[in-house]
Parts: sequence; structure tokens; C-alpha cells
Amino acid sequence: MAVPILRQGDVLIASIQSAPTDEDLRLLQETLVERIGRYRTRGVVIDVTLMDVMDSYACRTLRSVGQMARLRGAETVLVGIQPDVAFSMVQLGLRMEGVHTALDLDAGLSLLRARLASRQRPSGGDGAPPHQ
Amino acid sequence: MKPEVEVTIRGDSDVVAARQAGRSLAAELPFTSTELTFIATAISEVARNILQYAGTGTVWCRLVENGDRSGIEVEAVDRGPGIVDTEQALKPGFSTGGSLGLGLSGAKNLMDEFTLWSQVGEGTRVTMRKWARRSTLAERARELI
Repeated sequence: MAVPILRQGDVLIASIQSAPTDEDLRLLQETLVERIGRYRTRGVVIDVTLMDVMDSYACRTLRSVGQMARLRGAETVLVGIQPDVAFSMVQLGLRMEGVHTALDLDAGLSLLRARLASRQRPSGGDGAPPHQ
Repeated sequence: MKPEVEVTIRGDSDVVAARQAGRSLAAELPFTSTELTFIATAISEVARNILQYAGTGTVWCRLVENGDRSGIEVEAVDRGPGIVDTEQALKPGFSTGGSLGLGLSGAKNLMDEFTLWSQVGEGTRVTMRKWARRSTLAERARELI
């Protein structure tokens, strides 16, 4: 089942369903990276509230989504990691490097807004040009 | 109560099927929701290991008893290439497959007992157990009396 991706202004919101397969996550990764360019997205929220298991593969894939999004000029916030899932991620030794985390969708959007508001967009080099 | 479930691992949806089957079997015992998540995550790791290194294999989940304890036993078996150095394979961060290398060591951390057997050219068998706090059978017997 493909992960639904909503667009709200310059933010993309992806809501992962309860038990995504590896293929679903691979597809999410590809789709997000493509849409960031298409919609000139500056922020990505990945909602994992419904995920009951975060194994090392899922963690690695979501981390690389964050890294790829950053390379495309967007910041990623992962929201909704459930208490049991957080517990087992710590036990597994998994870390969410490269992505921000927030308690829920509201907190994630606020975090993203604050970060985007304070961010200076470079006029050249590795950022998007102001006019094209 | 079905005492054993068997899931053949051939594709990534079977990894999900195996951990869901294991979780619902374990839910028959008085595990906490955190423990059920640990069990499901550990099954996910060993099932994925089968998929990644052997391509196909089988995961069995069964309820076991030891004295007044009851628990779940998970057995993940494949006839893949096997692991050259099983001690090294259990070290966090070690991987020959480009992953995080936290699968087997992570599964070991999530369960109470963990045994890895492997023979190069023959395959790999992971057996792991997690014990619930009390025996449900003893509990049920008490309820009947």
C-alpha cells in the first residue's frame, strides 16, 4: 500500500500506514525526493504514529529519506514515534540521525515552521536560485 | 489457542506477516505491550535476515513452557550461504550486506534467550525466546478452581 503524501504550502506530509513493506518505504523515498523538486518543498513531515514496529531497515530508510531531502534543500521532521516503538528502537541501538523528531503532527509542523522562518536561503551555491 | 504458526519468507510482505503472526500469538500470554513490540521487532529482524542473505526460509513461532513460566519461541531457519563467523555476526554494527548491522545483535537485545547456529553452505538457524511474567496455564487453572 503506497504511503499517502499531502501537500500543504511548501510542506509535504507523508502518513505511513501501520505495517509498510520495504517496497512501500522505498517508494516513499523515491516519491518524496521527486516531489520536493516538483513542488519546491522546504519541509517534510513523516508521520509514523500508526507504525507498530520500527526495525533497522525501516529506520535506515527513513534516515536516508531525511538525508536525501536535506540534499534537495528540505528539512525533515519525523513525528509520532510511539512509546513502545521508542523503547524498542533504543534497545536495538537505532538512532534517527539527520532527521528532527517531534511528538505529533502539530508539534512537527510548528518545529518546521520555526526552522524555516529562521533559515536564510542562500542566493547561490548549494541552494535554489531566487528566480528561475 | 493455536500453539504454533509457520510463515514462509519469500518476499518483504512475509516479513510483515511473520511479525504480525508472532505478535498475535504472543498476545495470548501476559506480555506487556512493550514486550509485544520487542517480540515483533525481533521477528522482523530475523525474518529480514533470511530475506537478505538466503532469499527464502521459514519462521516458526510457538508458545513454550518451562516450569511455571510460559513464553514464545521464535525459530528462523534458512538454507542460505551461512555465516562464516557467528560471533562477529552478533557484534553491533557488523554487516556484510550494507545494512546497519543491528539486526541480529538487536534481536538478541530484545529477547531473553538467543542462539545462533550457522554452517557455511548449509544455512542458518536463529532460536530465540522471551518469557512472560507468569504462566497463563497456571493462571487459567487457578481461575477454573
